[in-house]
Amino acid sequence: MAKVLVVTSGKGGVGKTTSSAALGTALAQMGQRVVVVDFDVGLRNLDLVMGAERRVVFDLINVVQGEAKLAQALIRDKRLDNLSLLPASQTRDKEALTEEGVGRVIAELKEKFDWVVCDSPAGIERGATLAMRYADLAVVVANPEVSSVRDSDRIIGLLDSKTLKAEKGEPLEKHLLLTRYDAMRAERREMLAVEDVLEILSIPLLGIIPESEEVLRASNVGAPVTLNNPGCAPSRAYQDAARRLTGEMVTMSVPRDKKGSLLGKLFGRRAA
Amino acid sequence: MSLFDFFRRPTSAPVARERLQILLAHERAVIGRSDLIAILREEILAVIAKHVTMEPEKVNVKMERGDTVSTLEVEVEVPTSATARAGKKVVEAA
Repeated sequence: MAKVLVVTSGKGGVGKTTSSAALGTALAQMGQRVVVVDFDVGLRNLDLVMGAERRVVFDLINVVQGEAKLAQALIRDKRLDNLSLLPASQTRDKEALTEEGVGRVIAELKEKFDWVVCDSPAGIERGATLAMRYADLAVVVANPEVSSVRDSDRIIGLLDSKTLKAEKGEPLEKHLLLTRYDAMRAERREMLAVEDVLEILSIPLLGIIPESEEVLRASNVGAPVTLNNPGCAPSRAYQDAARRLTGEMVTMSVPRDKKGSLLGKLFGRRAA
Repeated sequence: MSLFDFFRRPTSAPVARERLQILLAHERAVIGRSDLIAILREEILAVIAKHVTMEPEKVNVKMERGDTVSTLEVEVEVPTSATARAGKKVVEAA
């Protein structure tokens, strides 16, 4: 049974697109058939992060409006056979996405794939509510930062009221993915700790992605981080999170890169 | 204040946590309340409209939350002709 997963956050710049690409790819690396759908009409970026920007011909809006067939718009990943991307349009009017049209496309995608990962735009407007509308489960991406936590709370409220599942009175599975986490700063109480964020938002934890330069390095070259360097700390965290999504029990930890040594502390701390 | 404290910056995470807890407690109440009022207004309107003709704009729904008691105030302005048509059904504006 195909699952529709929305990656959402409220606040922009917390890592929704990076996480959509990394989680989708990690699921594909586990053998699942995955499509990642970019809902950020007007500001598409998933194609760039996944290294497919030069292969976009048709997009989500073309499919919703019936100008292209789904098969024409889907871009199959060059590295992974079972991973596809449905890009967003950059130029068209946001109003072109209709609830009914999106529903049709999602239903068609569910026939072809095991996972439909919807990368939501930031905010609480139409684009974000459309991205979450048909979701079976949601990943709320948050940074350990006050504005991000507050906006996550708003989004959790929307997930509980504006999704089809919520309207039918069915529970919508919600998970928290904490990104850009610095365990050492949290230990020194300079950063909200995992426990703080969990207590405030009270939804189950899917994973903790450590702050790492590997994330930027991967997006620079257009490869999801779990493909670009599968052994690095953020990749391992995303892989664990993906395994948890499939129902596997994986012990929660914050992976660290080997250079957590004194040298690493002295020279490794750079702004991303 | 020891020499050690002098070099250590004060921690900010506990402050962030407390600010968030207070803010979100407030926001959750406000947001939940505004939704509730909208839903109540719609449903009360529908019930009254079944029995009397009235103008939707002439309905006021207010909620005041006190420490111990909260009051819900519904004010419906009903035209006399409409009440007459409704016959024995009496609609009270509270």
